[in-house]
Amino acid sequence: MLNPDLKLNPKIFDNDVEKKATRDGFGEALFKLGKSNEKVVVLSADLSESTKANKFAETFPDRYVECGVAEQNMIAVAAGLAMSGKIPFTTSYAVFSPGKNWETVRTTVVYNNTNVKIAGHHAGIVTGPDGATHQATEDIAILRALPGIKIFCPCDALEAEKITLEAAKINGPVYLRFSRQNSPLITTAETPFEEGKIYTYWESDNPKTTIFATGHMLYQALLAAMELEEVHINVLVANVSTIKPLDEKTVVELARRTGTIVTCEDHQVAGGMGSAIAESLARSSPTPMEFIGLKDTFAESGQTDELIEKYGLDKNSIKEAVRKVLKRAR
Amino acid sequence: MINPLIYIHTMREVNEKELKRLEQIANKIRQLIIESLREAKSGHTAGPLGMADIFSALYFFILNHDSKNPNWPERDRLVLSNGHICPVQYVALALAGYFPIEELMTLRKLNSRLQGHPHRGSLPGIETTSGPLGEGLSQATGMALAAKMDNKKYFIYCITSDGEHEEGNHWEAVLLAGKKKLNNLIQIVDRNNIQITGFTEDIMPLEPLKKKYEAFNWNVLKVNGNNIKEFILTAMQAQAFREKPTVIIAHTVPGMGVSFMENDFTWHGKTPNETEAKRALEELEIIEGMINNKSM
Repeated sequence: MLNPDLKLNPKIFDNDVEKKATRDGFGEALFKLGKSNEKVVVLSADLSESTKANKFAETFPDRYVECGVAEQNMIAVAAGLAMSGKIPFTTSYAVFSPGKNWETVRTTVVYNNTNVKIAGHHAGIVTGPDGATHQATEDIAILRALPGIKIFCPCDALEAEKITLEAAKINGPVYLRFSRQNSPLITTAETPFEEGKIYTYWESDNPKTTIFATGHMLYQALLAAMELEEVHINVLVANVSTIKPLDEKTVVELARRTGTIVTCEDHQVAGGMGSAIAESLARSSPTPMEFIGLKDTFAESGQTDELIEKYGLDKNSIKEAVRKVLKRAR
Repeated sequence: MINPLIYIHTMREVNEKELKRLEQIANKIRQLIIESLREAKSGHTAGPLGMADIFSALYFFILNHDSKNPNWPERDRLVLSNGHICPVQYVALALAGYFPIEELMTLRKLNSRLQGHPHRGSLPGIETTSGPLGEGLSQATGMALAAKMDNKKYFIYCITSDGEHEEGNHWEAVLLAGKKKLNNLIQIVDRNNIQITGFTEDIMPLEPLKKKYEAFNWNVLKVNGNNIKEFILTAMQAQAFREKPTVIIAHTVPGMGVSFMENDFTWHGKTPNETEAKRALEELEIIEGMINNKSM
């Protein structure tokens, strides 16, 4: 069942569950930050509408910098602003920022240790019809390798808002990963979020597998958990919205308690959240694992539902992965 | 040409005594560059020597800064974009009192604060991390935007190399600074015509550089970057210009002061051995004597 302590959305499994994109939560938070914190500035690389920076831009034009289609410059300008006491949020698609401008991120933001918040939008294959050029599926991997940066990937629009507000309080480089498509609201305004903490969202009696999910994949994991319970396969589902620093204590605890693990992310398996968990467990408690994510392939144009089915990111693929990993249980 | 009417209201006099002092400092900077690079056994020589006059003028005349309070909020910022010439900045900072001069001999060594390319946070006085080219002007532009937002009066100086103009990122910043009319931003291009594998005009022609900047909505000034007096006057003229950001194209002689290094691109990315360093220091000491003997 859903964890009652977290005050999750009671309509989560209803057909008419409210849907919103995580980028919407980001836009709301930016607007709130604009009002509450004069140091917050927003930079755009000609994508203010689809990154939802437009509300901030219209209300606070003096603290908004339109950089044009120039993501390297945008990031380094943000570093300059941060070094002068500002809290800059850069906005673009994740394939361009931190994709195209990765070395600039490395040097001017992370190694420079500047207080820049990088918002990467249109992450994952659920970006849909734009095709693989615009679907960021390597961003977690390329940032995880950078020392000291914090990486967040919210499960829904409400968590996105909380995480964005939290990011402004963190002193140092932060990456925020958002997706384009509307997805069900899993949480409510009352659901807790704490930086660096993995929460258990679903737990069946005596679970034998932990499903660690990040971003919109949490919803697919919850659907899979519910359907598995109906056939007496009991799992636990945990929301990994902070990917770095990883909540290793909870990871180890859940691995030991359930004995097997499935990780779910809309990202390449190589270098992603699942890799982070595997690296952690390999040191302390090696555990049989299966990985849901892109398996060394680019995706393509298509509708969200079609894509997650074809590329094995849907609830059925997760159920299959659970059955597979259970056969490997020790 | 320098128009005296513009700078006369904004600058204090560069008298002959002051000029002699700045030339002595520039010579001292060159000697310490040679000594620290001889110790380091790797790094870049020609660029730092060519820029010694400009660094003397900046740290000992033009910039508002305080070596005992490196993070003074109202200080002028100096962003070094072409980080590989950092020995000249390290020496200037040490001479200005940011850290002990002896520490220069730890350049590029383990546990040193003097990284092979500058790292913000490691050494007082270093505003930004640099080395990867084409990123400094963007950061300087961010600082200039922040200063505008906060109504601050300080200037942001950004030193770039001619070779790094091949980076697309640099021109992205040129566009934005031009768009925002950042009159608190002064870029100094070290136009020494060399880069690591040859002459800039052979590798990727940059001329007409002045026209390029004018087309990108910048105020353009040209100067002999090895003439301290002329450089100071040009910098003051840049400060006085209120309509646009200014770029000073500073023509410098790479390897300046050491006869066998001058204008030789092979000295871009290597350091002198013991014999070469000895010869270089002997030449610089002769120049030192000539400066000291200048009649006032």
